[in-house]
Amino acid sequence: MHPVPTPPLATIETRGLIRRFDRQEALRGVDLTVAPGDCLAVFGPNGAGKTTLLRVLAGLLDPSGGTASVAGITLPGGVAARAQVGLISHHTMLYPALTARENVEFAARLHGLASPRAAAESALGRLGVLDRADTPVRILSRGLQQRVSIARAFVHAPRVMLLDEPYTGLDAVGAAALSEALTDLQSSGAALMLVTHNLDEGLALATHVAVMRGGRFVRSARRDAIDPTSFASEYRAVVGAAG
Amino acid sequence: MTPPPAAPGVLVAAWTIARKDLTVELRTRAAFLSAAVFTILAAAIFLYAWDPTAVAAIDLAPGVLWVIFTFAGLLGLNRSFGAELADRAIDGLLVAPISREAVFLGKALANLIFVLGVQVVAIPTVVLFYNLSLGWGAVAAIAGVAVLAAVGLVAVGTLFSAMAVNTRLAELLLPVLALPFFVPIVTAAAQATVLLVNGRPLTGALDWIRLLVAFDLVFVSACTVAYPFTIER
Repeated sequence: MHPVPTPPLATIETRGLIRRFDRQEALRGVDLTVAPGDCLAVFGPNGAGKTTLLRVLAGLLDPSGGTASVAGITLPGGVAARAQVGLISHHTMLYPALTARENVEFAARLHGLASPRAAAESALGRLGVLDRADTPVRILSRGLQQRVSIARAFVHAPRVMLLDEPYTGLDAVGAAALSEALTDLQSSGAALMLVTHNLDEGLALATHVAVMRGGRFVRSARRDAIDPTSFASEYRAVVGAAG
Repeated sequence: MTPPPAAPGVLVAAWTIARKDLTVELRTRAAFLSAAVFTILAAAIFLYAWDPTAVAAIDLAPGVLWVIFTFAGLLGLNRSFGAELADRAIDGLLVAPISREAVFLGKALANLIFVLGVQVVAIPTVVLFYNLSLGWGAVAAIAGVAVLAAVGLVAVGTLFSAMAVNTRLAELLLPVLALPFFVPIVTAAAQATVLLVNGRPLTGALDWIRLLVAFDLVFVSACTVAYPFTIER
């Protein structure tokens, strides 16, 4: 008799997630599930609530209502939840006066890694910027800064990777390095959530897609169940309606 | 997947943050140079505004010293959290698996070392400008008072720097918020300094020093506990 396979434990899960800023609701009851090894790409117009959703899942904002969990830890989950998360944003979150190596090593130390220097070099090598490791970040190009920022987020091999427009500023080599690193992370069982305006980039990585508008998911589907061409026109209609 | 490593403890994380802040300051020297130049200029202005026939140097110098400490320190405290806003580096700190208290203590420790560096410039400058003759014992005692006062000033200043940084008028708001809380610390420190400059033994200033220690304990504890509430959640 063969054991019945159990479904994988969801790594990101929200139910009726609400986030208010004063009286305005930025998230109005978001339900989502991302299993280990899955990547949810969230598309939506400006002001749809995508970044707020990522910031709640990253532990930077508390939910105002509903529930959210990462790696089985209910948010706000404090240090234990944040240890599981990597965050890439269109802000680099780097210190311009420090070198690329010092920035990534600083993040490695904050995550309690045993060999922060080796971990930093490994992450920088993965993003193809090890040769610029000793260059102060302020004199790197925007694209190289973004690669260092991505290395910072990868340094502790997080179980949950949250990405907000991660391809911003990257050249073709940087974008390929990021895609490869994300694919490797996904293969190792991490859950990815990618927020972007760029349909091609999102659809290339995603196992699931969702469209967000007005703080809610208005469409969600498995990636293999959608046709990119019709999805693109449907998305344009949503964005147009929002604008 | 392998489980994440154990997060660093509060003190380790605080030291990691302080070391990073000090490295940034050593590279840019922006705040320290400003504070050092301010210290020397302020001492010179007080010197030229001073009428030696009306007030003796020994009576004036402690007040001048503490006015300079207070305002030079504010220059560094203003930058403490301001530097974290460039490209939202603060998000990288807040998403790390460390306690909010560790962030505060790390920032405060870096600020303390900064303020002590300013004091290393300020004390000899004032001693030189006002031609004070102090024995090594008095210098050591004044340095001790300066360290105790710096701890309290930095705790309050770091907290208010965190509160003010997200406002449009951060550089104006920090002194407005912090200076009223500096008054008891500066009063105790200045009174102790007056006694020591006048050649009294350390035991003569013990009451003021005890008061400084009490302020330090209260302000460091209260500000560490209060800091997490300054972060938007």
